[in-house]
Amino acid sequence: MADLDVPQSKSRDLDKLLLRHGNLVDPGFFPGPQLRDDIREFVKILVVGAGGLGCELLKDLALSGFRNLDVIDMDRIEVTNLNRQFLFRLEDVGKPKAEVAAKRVMERVSGVEIVPHFSRIEDKEVEFYNDFNIIALGLDSIEARKYINGIACGFLEYNDDDTPVRDTIKPMVDGGTEGFKGHARVIMPGVTPCFECTIWLFPPQVKFPLCTLAETPRNAAHCIEYAHLIKWDEVHKGKSFDPDVPEHMKWVYDEAIRRAELFGIPGVTYSLTQGVVKNIIPAIASTNAIISAACALETLKIVSACSKTLTNYLTYNGGEGLYTKVTDFPRLDDCLVCGPGILIELDTSITLSKFIEMLEDHPKLLLSKASVTYGESNLYMQAPPVLEEMLRENLSKPLYDLMGRVQKDTIHVSGTSLKDKERQSIQTKLRVVFKGADVVTDMDTAIGA
Amino acid sequence: MLGLFKVKEKQREESQNNNRRGASSVKKKSAGELRLHKDISELNLPKSCKISFPNGKDDLMNFEVTIKPDEGYYTNGKFVFTFQVSNVYPHEAPKVKCKTKVYHPNIDLEGNVCLNILREDWKPVLNINTVIYGLFHLFTEPNYEDPLNHDAAAVLRDNPKTFENNVKRAMMGGQVGQTSFARCI
Repeated sequence: MADLDVPQSKSRDLDKLLLRHGNLVDPGFFPGPQLRDDIREFVKILVVGAGGLGCELLKDLALSGFRNLDVIDMDRIEVTNLNRQFLFRLEDVGKPKAEVAAKRVMERVSGVEIVPHFSRIEDKEVEFYNDFNIIALGLDSIEARKYINGIACGFLEYNDDDTPVRDTIKPMVDGGTEGFKGHARVIMPGVTPCFECTIWLFPPQVKFPLCTLAETPRNAAHCIEYAHLIKWDEVHKGKSFDPDVPEHMKWVYDEAIRRAELFGIPGVTYSLTQGVVKNIIPAIASTNAIISAACALETLKIVSACSKTLTNYLTYNGGEGLYTKVTDFPRLDDCLVCGPGILIELDTSITLSKFIEMLEDHPKLLLSKASVTYGESNLYMQAPPVLEEMLRENLSKPLYDLMGRVQKDTIHVSGTSLKDKERQSIQTKLRVVFKGADVVTDMDTAIGA
Repeated sequence: MLGLFKVKEKQREESQNNNRRGASSVKKKSAGELRLHKDISELNLPKSCKISFPNGKDDLMNFEVTIKPDEGYYTNGKFVFTFQVSNVYPHEAPKVKCKTKVYHPNIDLEGNVCLNILREDWKPVLNINTVIYGLFHLFTEPNYEDPLNHDAAAVLRDNPKTFENNVKRAMMGGQVGQTSFARCI
């Protein structure tokens, strides 16, 4: 065809963002076909969840020029998903979401490679997550978000001057929806607040007193929770309630109806029962589409620097009209998950008990009666007496050995601090570096003894 | 930002060859487990309350607390509670159930415990110590106004002397009304 300086691509709109300069670009933006090709060839994105947000995210990312995607989801497709998880059809009910979603997007977008993972996020090795440049989250629970946040922030390392090591920053783009409301946020561990830094954003859960459920129910939710929490155990001794088993849910619904009739309370329906027991809020397609679009756009921006990133939390409410706001939340300096903690250099010979003594005089800590935990083990605990006795033998061992002889790692200590002249109970992260440790490299072993 | 990706590809290939054990491959405690570790290490229990860890020193999320009240209707009885702390602690309260069958207005025969701070009044600023004190309080001051055991509550309200006898009989392993109890004193 005609001789052009820049070869035409199918994605005209994407080219407008990537092939030419602009006024809102990030420093480090280098427009051109090389950028577009690099994104296609090198960038790997993980989409966590293949449900309402996940389906939209996969489509959006594939159409935004990404070619290497992975998607992980442990669920199978259900009929109630079909109103918004548009990659699925009636005949797909019962199949793993991740696999069907991957297949459908690959059919429609040529060149994209999507690897599905039909598994729980906890069952993957930590290193699995390190393979990706960005992790996009389409999750539906606090627990799952905390888990991924912990993993991504776990990769973060700090320089001696407490600044984050840029190469170890694993960006996350997190979306969430609930009916007409939603949020999208960008988490750059060490730079923007992580999930734990803003955990206080969550309001307390609604829990009814057990005695209200047992004696004085006043509304439909009370009747449902009575059946769910009290009556179930009475009748099904030992068997635990599974909200995903339809017979269990039906049993709770029937009992709730009986209870409601006894007290003359209206309003118990099967869908309310599901909502109360599983904490479900009805989902609509448009909210998911809007939030995923924001997340996909942020992913593109982070990778290409084609525009300034969302800083750092977008809320959306479409319940009455259209409202959206971006808030720049601050990080918690002392966040246990993403914070730098305090750098401590130690000799490999120092015992746990000497280390605990040292903390008392450390100017940034002044920590007395410290308890120490590392990885999955508790190294020493001041209380209760039963644990203190069990762990007392660790006091005389070198901390270096107790930490598996790594050259450096993070540990956590808690105790009473006298900083600021006031006794406060604190818990803090410490970056421990051992001086004079044998740093094993292949060079040493290759040369031989 | 993108220049990093090519560099990372090279680095990944190199590090795969080196097989170096980095600090990041050691599994870390979650924020909830860390907060629980802090709470447990600061426990300050009265003599009447003892704690034990059936899964050993590294699993703090499942433990048992035994309460032996030294005053009130339940003096000298031994009552065992199981605690299950979830991954989202302290956003969620620990799940507490009473393993010992007890005749009590606020504890039902399945072991459910009606304690406000375990449900509607839980706040992340509370901790394991406060929960254990709350449970202890249930024995020193049972109250008939928030009953889980309707009958026990009624007896306590209308006839405290009968209640006192019922409690003693139940603790000795006798029968109250239609229910029989195992000895726990």
